[in-house]
Amino acid sequence: MRLAQHMAIASDKVRAVAIEATEFPELSRVYQVMAVPKIVMNEHVQFEGALPESQFLDAVVRAASGDGHR
Amino acid sequence: MAILQTKDQEAVRKEFERLTGPVKLVVFSQELVAADLCRQNEQLMKEVAALSDQITLEVLNPQIDRARAEAYGVPDVPLTVVEGVRDYGIRFLGIPAGYEFSNLIDAIIAASRGEAGLSEETKATLATLPAEVEIKVFSTPT
Repeated sequence: MRLAQHMAIASDKVRAVAIEATEFPELSRVYQVMAVPKIVMNEHVQFEGALPESQFLDAVVRAASGDGHR
Repeated sequence: MAILQTKDQEAVRKEFERLTGPVKLVVFSQELVAADLCRQNEQLMKEVAALSDQITLEVLNPQIDRARAEAYGVPDVPLTVVEGVRDYGIRFLGIPAGYEFSNLIDAIIAASRGEAGLSEETKATLATLPAEVEIKVFSTPT
């Protein structure tokens, strides 16, 4: 969540939503959360686990560009 | 009974010495939907807000305060918005316990300072994003 929330501060185009998976099992099921952290960007860019800043940013750029999975 | 232990309060109070501007925690609660979770989240946010004069707390019910809920975007409860001089789009859905608690404290500090702890390259790239991005981060307390 740390990178996501700092990117939200840096850009008014980015929103960061932390979701407590066990409290929202239905939402976790919809997004197929099998391991945490699971990150979902604009519904179509998804990955599990922490990434370094540059790779996380690449994913944000892909999400903003409407590019596909992973 | 307090959620935060005395040593945790002291540690967070020390972290909050870095706050340079006001932060508002806007908490959406609805007891009919999730009574226990909403009560615990409200209490946690009250305890956090009490640790700095820079932090104010507002508790809203999305069924009653519908216009505000719509403006903030409230998919479910409990939801907490961390707002600095503007709404940066930072949300916590559910109780930020365990590891997420440190992210809540980090979000409060960053929102207060209006500073993103990112490299200059990252900031420059973010400034050129062609569209909005919502980042959902699913986690668990442990």
